[in-house]
Amino acid sequence: MRHVSRGPLHVAIIVICLLWMLPSVGLFVSSLRPRDVIATTGWWTSFTTPFEFTLTNYEQVVSAQGMGQSFINSLIISVPVTVFVVIVAAFAAYAFSWMDLPGGDTIFLIVVGLIVVPIQLTLIPVLQMFASSGLTGTFPAVWLAHTAYGLPFAVFLLRNFFIALPKDLLESAFLEGASHRRVFFRIVMPLSVPSLAALGIFQFLWVWNDLLVALVYLGGSRSVAPMTVTVSNLVSSFGSEWHLLTAAAFVSMLLPLAIFFALQRYFVEGILAGAVKG
Amino acid sequence: MAGVHFEHVTKRFGDFTALKEFDLEIHDREFLVLVGPSGCGKSTALRMLAGLEDITEGSIYIGDRRVNGIPAKDRDIAMVFQSYALYPHMTVFDNIAFGLRLRKTPKDELTKKVKDAADTLGVDTLLDRKPGQLSGGQRQRVAVARAIVREPQVFLLDEPLSNLDAKLRVHTRAEISKLHQRLGTTFVYVTHDQTEAMTMADRIAVMNEGIIQQVGSPQELYDEPVNVFVAGFIGSPAMNFFSAKAVENGEGLRLDGDGFAVDVPQDRAEEMRAFLDREMIFGVRPENIHDKDFVPSGITAAPTTVTVDVTEPMGNEVFLHLLAGKTKLLARVDPRTTVSADDEVEVVIDMERMHIFDPESREAVRTA
Repeated sequence: MRHVSRGPLHVAIIVICLLWMLPSVGLFVSSLRPRDVIATTGWWTSFTTPFEFTLTNYEQVVSAQGMGQSFINSLIISVPVTVFVVIVAAFAAYAFSWMDLPGGDTIFLIVVGLIVVPIQLTLIPVLQMFASSGLTGTFPAVWLAHTAYGLPFAVFLLRNFFIALPKDLLESAFLEGASHRRVFFRIVMPLSVPSLAALGIFQFLWVWNDLLVALVYLGGSRSVAPMTVTVSNLVSSFGSEWHLLTAAAFVSMLLPLAIFFALQRYFVEGILAGAVKG
Repeated sequence: MAGVHFEHVTKRFGDFTALKEFDLEIHDREFLVLVGPSGCGKSTALRMLAGLEDITEGSIYIGDRRVNGIPAKDRDIAMVFQSYALYPHMTVFDNIAFGLRLRKTPKDELTKKVKDAADTLGVDTLLDRKPGQLSGGQRQRVAVARAIVREPQVFLLDEPLSNLDAKLRVHTRAEISKLHQRLGTTFVYVTHDQTEAMTMADRIAVMNEGIIQQVGSPQELYDEPVNVFVAGFIGSPAMNFFSAKAVENGEGLRLDGDGFAVDVPQDRAEEMRAFLDREMIFGVRPENIHDKDFVPSGITAAPTTVTVDVTEPMGNEVFLHLLAGKTKLLARVDPRTTVSADDEVEVVIDMERMHIFDPESREAVRTA
């Protein structure tokens, strides 16, 4: 009975999933087709006509168009930023939830308030600051900028998770003689792995997919440009070269896809964080 | 080893006063139970002693040392939490060893102490498990083991039995008493359950609305409650209360309740004389009301006629819910009784064991 009544729901969900996946699948199939074929027929015809698939598009994009270097640049930007954000936010969130800070709640409210400040508002003043200190066009500039942009939400997320930890656990540790440092590293951090992982994943993806911040603070030079910048450059210079664009776009999706499939569990927990546990 | 002294301690949370002028002397090696209904301030008192809450006014001493402002970790106390507060990501061994490691105890000594504590509580076979793999009773034992391993001066327990099932609770009660005898440490135990308080305590402090009502041995509190609250709180089933007047009856006095009347024995008549033709609160415990066919010898029996509302046979005794006029009474009588519901029967009240309270102050009336 249960299966029967849920039947229509399942059908609807499957249809929606298929619709949602369609563009990505099309992108992937197209990226494997030779240039001439892409220009003449749609990707869905490639399963009926004689199979014509190739990896040349990828070879070309990765070597000649600099996507290989950009992939590495994207990693150089995303990994340190993710680490900084998670560490700094965890320290701050612990302080906001478990330490007696004079005016702590007010400071926390201000930090949360920063979530609503549009990033565009900060571009010019921050760029001026970077320019005067000679940071423009260097990785530290984007590390700093991304960390700062990511922190308000990260602090908010982790603080709400930390404060929901059982009070008794921490009090018991304090009674036994533990300092804040020890409680943080020995009790809070190990118990918060799911939320730290969720935050890390989201932060990584935001930075990985970011175009604006990288473009403004790094510029388009090939040695530092992340993949988002390189793909957008490809669009302007090879607007009609679909075989290159599809391959480039798919290369930029690879890592997020891999992360998603490897760490699905934490994604779901991350989405639920705060909603269920308060 | 050390005693504990609360001196005029007051605790306020904003406008709410959780604890008012709290004075309590807990002797060295004593098992003291703080008991009272929820929200009476007993946990607050314990948490202040532990250093988990600030002291608004007054002083707390552990031994000779005033501990106001001294952080929890430097007070040399250990606490068992109601939730046990075991670290879920650590094994039982690491849980017990946590405090010792913080004190940089040498490894051999640490292993030995953890093993000893685990042995004492019977959890020595569980040392490699995580708390999630333990039953409620086992977790409780690990929590106690973790507290005793550091050999603290004072041992605090905050409702440690409330998450156990009824059978295990009875068993664990005895275990904790034994542990206290063995360790010879000061125990401060918080509970809302008067049975736990009665069975384990050397002395009990009964609290209500942030104020200590009475401090004394379990038997003292039971026999000589100082007010209506203590009389009603200690003892299960609770004492019967009803309003009554004293009236002259020839030579002596007669207690006139609503729908029943009993003679007052000569030696207790004096304290009742103050309520001649004036309302008082009259209290009698259920076990001091007897079926007239099974009256124990040696009591001053005062018979009265009542209606039986419900009978509850318990095997070793029978609870009778009685109606005397509009007044409801509970009696705990001999199981051989033959009365049944709706019978009009004669019961006997042991007037030597009656309690009288002033209706205004709700304090017990005593002849000093």
